[in-house]
Amino acid sequence: MYAIREGRNNMVGEKNGYIKVLVIILLMMGTLFSGFPILWMFLNSFKPNSEIFAWPPTWISKNFLVDAYAEIFKNPEKIRFFVNSYFIAFTVVILTLAISILAAYSFSRFKFRGKKVINTLIVSVQAVPPITLLIPYLSLIVTMKLYNTYGALILTYLLFTLPYAILMMTGYLNTLPKDLDEAVMMDGGSRFRALWTVLVPVSVPGLVSVGMYTFMQSWNEYLFALALTKTNEYRTVPVGISLLMGQHAYEWNQMMAMSVLGSLPVLLLFLFFQRYFIAGMTSGAVKH
Amino acid sequence: MVLLLIIPIVMIVRYSFYDNVIIHKNPQFVGFENYAKIFDNKTFSVAVKNTLIFVGGSVIVHLLIGMTFAMLLNTKYLSTKTKALFRVIFSLPWMFTASVIAILWKMLLDPHGVINYLLEVFHLSSSQVEWLASRDFALLSVTIINIWAGYPFYMVSILAGLQGISSDLYESSAIDGASAVQHFFRITIPQLKPILISLLMLDFVWTLQQFALIWMTTGGGPINSTEMLSTFIYKLGFSKYQYSQASASAVILLAVCSIVAIFYVRHQRGQE
Repeated sequence: MYAIREGRNNMVGEKNGYIKVLVIILLMMGTLFSGFPILWMFLNSFKPNSEIFAWPPTWISKNFLVDAYAEIFKNPEKIRFFVNSYFIAFTVVILTLAISILAAYSFSRFKFRGKKVINTLIVSVQAVPPITLLIPYLSLIVTMKLYNTYGALILTYLLFTLPYAILMMTGYLNTLPKDLDEAVMMDGGSRFRALWTVLVPVSVPGLVSVGMYTFMQSWNEYLFALALTKTNEYRTVPVGISLLMGQHAYEWNQMMAMSVLGSLPVLLLFLFFQRYFIAGMTSGAVKH
Repeated sequence: MVLLLIIPIVMIVRYSFYDNVIIHKNPQFVGFENYAKIFDNKTFSVAVKNTLIFVGGSVIVHLLIGMTFAMLLNTKYLSTKTKALFRVIFSLPWMFTASVIAILWKMLLDPHGVINYLLEVFHLSSSQVEWLASRDFALLSVTIINIWAGYPFYMVSILAGLQGISSDLYESSAIDGASAVQHFFRITIPQLKPILISLLMLDFVWTLQQFALIWMTTGGGPINSTEMLSTFIYKLGFSKYQYSQASASAVILLAVCSIVAIFYVRHQRGQE
C-alpha cells in the first residue's frame, strides 16, 4: 500500500518535472521570438552605421555611440514629426475623453434608443477596411478644405476612437448608481456639476483605459497620416520613419534611434498602466 | 460623425459603376464594366490568392501562438511575479507602429542581417537568403512579420478568458479522472469558444485589410509575389489613377468584410 502510493507520487513528481522543463523551454523560445527583435533595434541604435550588418554581428559596439540620437535632436525636420505626433495624439485624447463622457452620461442616465446605432457604428468602424474608403474620404477632406492640416488627422482619429470610447464609458457609468449624482442635484447642484464633481472622479479608471486606447490609435496610425498630408509640416512619426526609409536607406542606426524614440511613449504607458491598457485594448473581444 | 462614414461608402459604391470618376467632371455610367475589368485583371487574381494565404496563415498561427502563450502565462508552475514579467515581454510586439515593425524586420531579414547569421551558425542554411527580395520567400516573410506583430492581442484576450473559467469545473472533472488533454478539449476550449470566435472574426477582417506592413516591407513585390488586395487597390488608385477600377475592387473587399461583420454582430448579440 505504502509502496504503491510512493510510486504514484514519484510518477506525479516526475511528470511535474517534465512539464516544468517544457514550460521553461517554451518561455525561453517565446522570449527569443517576441523580445529579440526589439532588443536588436535598441542595440543597433547605439552602433555606428558600419557595424549594423557586421558578420559576425556585434552585441554592444566597442564604439558605443549616441550619435544617431544626437542627429535626430539636431534636425528640426525630424523633431517636427514628434511635435506633430504629440500634438495630434494629445488633442485627440482630450477631445475623445470630453465627448465620450458627456455622451456616455446621457446614454446611461436618460432613456435612449440610440444604443443599437452606436453598437452598429462601432462594428462598422472596426470592420470597414480603411483602405476601401480612402479615395472618397480623401475627396471629402479636400472638399472641406482640410487636406494637409492637423484638422484632417484629428477629425479622422476621432471617427476611429469615439464610437468605441462612448460604448466603453457608457458601460462604465452604468455600473455607478444613479443615487450618486441625484444626491448632488438634491443639494441644488446642476447635472453638469454632478457629473464633474462626483462621476468624473470615480470614473478615472475607465477614462484612463479609454485614454490609452485613444492615444495608441492616434500615435500609431499610418495609412491616413500618409494619405491626408502632403508636407512634412503636418506629418507624424510613423510617416516620418517610412519616409526616412526611402530617403536615407542606409542610415540604419538613425532609423533605429527614431524607431526607439517613436515607440517610447506607448511602451511607457503600457509598462506603467498595464491593466488599464489591456482593458482598453481588449474589451472588443472579451465580454466582461 | 455617422455621415463621415456613410458618405464615403455611398460614394465608393457609386464610383464603382462609373467610368473616369474624379479625373473628369462628367463620368459615364458603365454598369458592371469596372467589375468585369477587375475580374479579368491577372494581378487581381494573384492578389486574391496571396491575400488568402497571408490571412489564413496569419490567423491560424496567431491563434496557436496566442493560445500557447496564454496557457503558459496561466500555469500553476510559475510564480505570479514570473508570469507578470513574461506577460510584459510577450506583449511587447503589440506596442509598435507598422512603420517601426517594417523597418525593424527589414533590418533583421536583410541578406547580411542577424537572422541569416543565426541560421548559418545553427547550420540551418548556408546561403544568404534574400527574405524580402526573393519571389520564393517574400510572402512567407511578410506573413511571419504579421504573425509577430499580431499575436499579443490573442494572447491577452485568451488569458482574460482563461482566468474567467471557474476552477470548480477543473476540480470536478479531475475527480472523474480526466487527463490534462481531456481538460483542454472538454473544458478549456468550450469555455473559451465565444472569445475565440470573436478573435478569429476580428483578426480575419484586420488581416484582410493589412496595408501598412506590406507596403513598407515589399510594396507588393517582387513581381507581385506579395501583392494583396489592399496594395492592389492603393496602387490602382494612387499610382495608376484608375479610380473607377480601384473603387470596384474596394467594393469587393468591403462586401467580404461586411459579411464577416454581420456574423460578428450576431455572435456578439448571441452572447448577451
